[in-house]
Amino acid sequence: MINSLWLIPALPLAGATINAIFSRKLPRWLVSVIACGAVGASFVVSLLAFFAMQSTDEHHRVFNVSLFTWIPVADFKVDVAFLLDPLSALMLLVVTGVGFLIHVYSIGYMDAERDDGYGHFFTYLNLFIFSMLMLVLGSNYLLMYVGWELVGLCSYLLISFWFHKPEAASAGKKAFITTRVGDFGFGLGVLLIFTTFGTLDFADIFAHAKLIDQSLITIITLLLFAGAVGKSAQIPLYVWLPDAMEGPTPVSALIHAATMVTAGVYMVARSHALFELSPFSSEVVAWTGALTAIYTATIALVQMDLKRVLAYSTISQLGYMFVAVGIGAYGAGIFHLMTHAFFKALLFLGAGSVMHAMNGIIDMRQLGGLRAKMPRTYITFLAAALAIAGFPFFAGFFSKDEILASAFATGHTAIWVIGLITAGLTAFYIFRAFFLTFHTEPRWTTDDRRPLTEDDSHRSSVNGHRSVHPHESPAVMTIPLAILAVLSVIGGFAGMPKVMGANFLEHYFEPVFKPHDLHLAASTEWMLIGASVAAGLLGIALAYWFYIARPTIPVTLARRFSGIYNLLWHKYWIDEIYSWLFVDKGYRLAMFLWQVLDVKIIDGAANGLGRATAALSRVTRSWQSGYARAYALMMLIATVIVLGWLILR
Amino acid sequence: MSLSVPDLNFRVIAPALIVALTALIVLLAELVTPAPRKRWLGVLGLIGLLIAAGATVGLWGAPASAFGGMVVADNFGLFLTLVILLGAALSILLALDFVRAHRVDQGEYYVLVLFAVVGMILMATATDLIVIFLALELLSLPLYILAAFKRADARSLEAGLKYFLLGAFSSAFFLYGIAFIFGGTGTTNLMKIADALAKNPRNDLLLVGAGLLLVGFAFKVALVPFHWWTPDVYDGAPTAVTAFMSVGVKAAAFGAFFRAFLVALPAFAFDWRIVLAALAVLTMTLGNVAALLQSNVKRMLAYSSIAHAGYILIALVAMGASGLSSALFYLLAYTLTNLGAFGAVIALSDGERERLEIRDWGGAARQYPFIAAMFAIFMLSLAGFPPLAGFTGKFLIFSAAVETGWAWLAVIGVLNSLVSAYFYLRPIVQMYMSEPVPGWDRIRVAPLVALALVLALIGVIALGLYPTPAIVMATGGFLR
Repeated sequence: MINSLWLIPALPLAGATINAIFSRKLPRWLVSVIACGAVGASFVVSLLAFFAMQSTDEHHRVFNVSLFTWIPVADFKVDVAFLLDPLSALMLLVVTGVGFLIHVYSIGYMDAERDDGYGHFFTYLNLFIFSMLMLVLGSNYLLMYVGWELVGLCSYLLISFWFHKPEAASAGKKAFITTRVGDFGFGLGVLLIFTTFGTLDFADIFAHAKLIDQSLITIITLLLFAGAVGKSAQIPLYVWLPDAMEGPTPVSALIHAATMVTAGVYMVARSHALFELSPFSSEVVAWTGALTAIYTATIALVQMDLKRVLAYSTISQLGYMFVAVGIGAYGAGIFHLMTHAFFKALLFLGAGSVMHAMNGIIDMRQLGGLRAKMPRTYITFLAAALAIAGFPFFAGFFSKDEILASAFATGHTAIWVIGLITAGLTAFYIFRAFFLTFHTEPRWTTDDRRPLTEDDSHRSSVNGHRSVHPHESPAVMTIPLAILAVLSVIGGFAGMPKVMGANFLEHYFEPVFKPHDLHLAASTEWMLIGASVAAGLLGIALAYWFYIARPTIPVTLARRFSGIYNLLWHKYWIDEIYSWLFVDKGYRLAMFLWQVLDVKIIDGAANGLGRATAALSRVTRSWQSGYARAYALMMLIATVIVLGWLILR
Repeated sequence: MSLSVPDLNFRVIAPALIVALTALIVLLAELVTPAPRKRWLGVLGLIGLLIAAGATVGLWGAPASAFGGMVVADNFGLFLTLVILLGAALSILLALDFVRAHRVDQGEYYVLVLFAVVGMILMATATDLIVIFLALELLSLPLYILAAFKRADARSLEAGLKYFLLGAFSSAFFLYGIAFIFGGTGTTNLMKIADALAKNPRNDLLLVGAGLLLVGFAFKVALVPFHWWTPDVYDGAPTAVTAFMSVGVKAAAFGAFFRAFLVALPAFAFDWRIVLAALAVLTMTLGNVAALLQSNVKRMLAYSSIAHAGYILIALVAMGASGLSSALFYLLAYTLTNLGAFGAVIALSDGERERLEIRDWGGAARQYPFIAAMFAIFMLSLAGFPPLAGFTGKFLIFSAAVETGWAWLAVIGVLNSLVSAYFYLRPIVQMYMSEPVPGWDRIRVAPLVALALVLALIGVIALGLYPTPAIVMATGGFLR
């Protein structure tokens, strides 16, 4: 079975190829069947590979399947080889499993898309799955880099899928350019790995990492982490992810929540042998994660666009994962990656379901009271909200708790405090969004009168005056919601803390990561669990109090602390600062380079050289007199010079 | 005194013998061939060249010496023999229709080409200065005649006469050089000269001899400042002859040049390497710079061939195995590409009227897309664009120079390639971006010429994409 590993990426690639060529001529149902079938089949193969791997001896659960030698140039040899171990196997299941559900959901969501767009959408989606699988399966940094860049391309294509909308087109550009900044670091890191180790193969590199100078390892890991910062939207490169919400919602769920943005976490976990050798880099990773987590959680507190709340939430949750891999709790980081994939995909798909019902309205000031109209979306969204809020026994509870407990146990008390506060903020903003969307008075109207909202200051004029007829989404959309809801509820039991039972996941990861024993007393562990539960419950209660019990409080608060409110509402003005610092200055620099350096100096020099050469050419032409006697004389002179030089020297 | 009977191993000179025999047969057949059938004489010559190539391949891999060490069949010589035979065969393919169009459809044309080939092969395989000189004359005399072959054309006659006068002049230097060397060492055999030098390293007579030898070779391969004849002769000679000269003579003369300096005179390497490096710089630079403003395609290609001689000279300066193999590869690549380029000029000429001015090529891509595309590819290969033969050749030569510590020479070579891109791209720009020139729209491309072009194109692309087999063949080296 493990020899058929190549099928896992090959199937989505085949799906993408077929739909890319034929989707225009195929009936719509067939396009859907091909796209979903390819990913579904890939999921089945992944499952089989998973079981095949689990059935082998515990200490040999690392399989390297080399397909062919890709680049053999002197000492530089790269194979197209796949690596199957518990880490990549879990990622395979998440990518293909969640990917499959989102593909199915897209059938309903993209129903309104015109003919070509529908085929294109599934082509891109399949291509994305292929790319992500290459990233996950590659057994060397070059293959991983290829996948890394390909998912970036797919992300770009899908964010600007509705490219006729200027916002979508520029969001795609922003995402692509911002992540490239990090990718450049990642590329440099890969090059430095090659010059240091002489190979790009994971196994070889990790086996010899201990022999390398620690400062070099630190540089390598920091460069690699730069790539993760871009791809996984961490400070300071997170700005592209909120704008990426301009893409279709299934894309947000698949790429910008469940899979691609977690590539950075996966990469750090995959490179754990390097990061473990550099305490400094690990500390940088952990602190970047912690600061990103709390920073973006505060932004999420006041945003009114439901998808943007979820986007900032995603960045914040990715911060948690980086905390985990930064403090050495790699298993916990991947565990949170998995549960997050379940509940965040579900949140996004729920938001998509709301958009589907509300004719594309996503501003929470125009939502409200949807509970009765869309009961299935409501209940599944609630499950996801409880999961992310860390409500006991829901998926997010276990994974977040493991991260926080690890932070505390490894002496990162400050990070633990930040994480705890973030947990409270998370519970608050997610339930704020939940209440404003599904509870409270409806702020939309079924006839053409103005919506009933009282706060008009930031309302978008596009969606402001439409009448809507909310309805529950079709089964093709709600069934994936239900499956993800189940996973969001039970997904966490794979990694229960020791005081509650066995941590299956930690044992599962043993062939990859060293077991991460926390050395915590049971009482301490209970205390930590209690603290995070309390933070979560406090957040939920506050949200209830603010938006259900006393709806006037947020307005009063916003007025009283208008400075802070505006700071958060404008997202700390980071976009404006970046735009001034990089876009504006970059534009001026480019203008300077073009008009002065390029046109005047470089073109001037080139043209000057050209003119000089042409002048020389005219001179040499004049030597060509056409008289044989002149030629003979010149030859004679040259002969004398050559002989003279040879003899007299 | 003992009298040694020379080892008369005719097998070793089989390729040259076969071509010579073919030439004689063609000469006799010419008497009985009626005027409209003259082209069959060319086909006869082609067959002879093919058989000679077969014989050459048969000799491959078993280096042997014959006639008292006057001629060898080593892989260096055999590689060049194949290049010469290939160049001659493609030239004949190009000439079959050309001679008819220019009303010089005579069997003597092929006879002269074949005799020149005999001289070329001998020159590439000779290991004795006297044989090298004889071969030089054997290849030169037919070429003087060929250059003037279009008797009705004053320019052709002028070219032949100029070539002859200056060639005789340089031959005298060459022979004088041999005399000095014989005076210094008492031998004309390359290996024995080297032995004599090893015993007595500071030998002024020999140094003068080497300098005069250098002048002779420099004239034949057209190094600046011994190149003056080249533009005038290339321009005036019939295009098919120019095509043949530009490749065959270079291969043969460079073969003897390399052999003489690397086998006989390595002890003087310190002296001549600097002189040759200076000549290489002069040759590349002047060749390319002078080519820049040429409006005539044949003159442009003449200066281009001068510049290419400069690149090849870098390989001689580099010495060593990598220099040798890179030069062989380059000569092969250059032969195919240059014949292709001249072939395209022949293909798109209208009877006696040729597209000699670059402006005549305007819009050719629209009228003759295939020929134009091939011409463009040959130009790009000459300029050294990957993945074409010219690129691989330049790459090999420049890396050989870098390897042996002549990086500055390689840098000058690269800068020169940069300059050369300008004039190689000019015809392409003209063909693809200008309006068609009136009066060039009813040309029937001769199938045999098209065949030669396609063969050259296949070679140029194959050597660019998969050069390994040719490089491996070129690393044979000398038999010492």
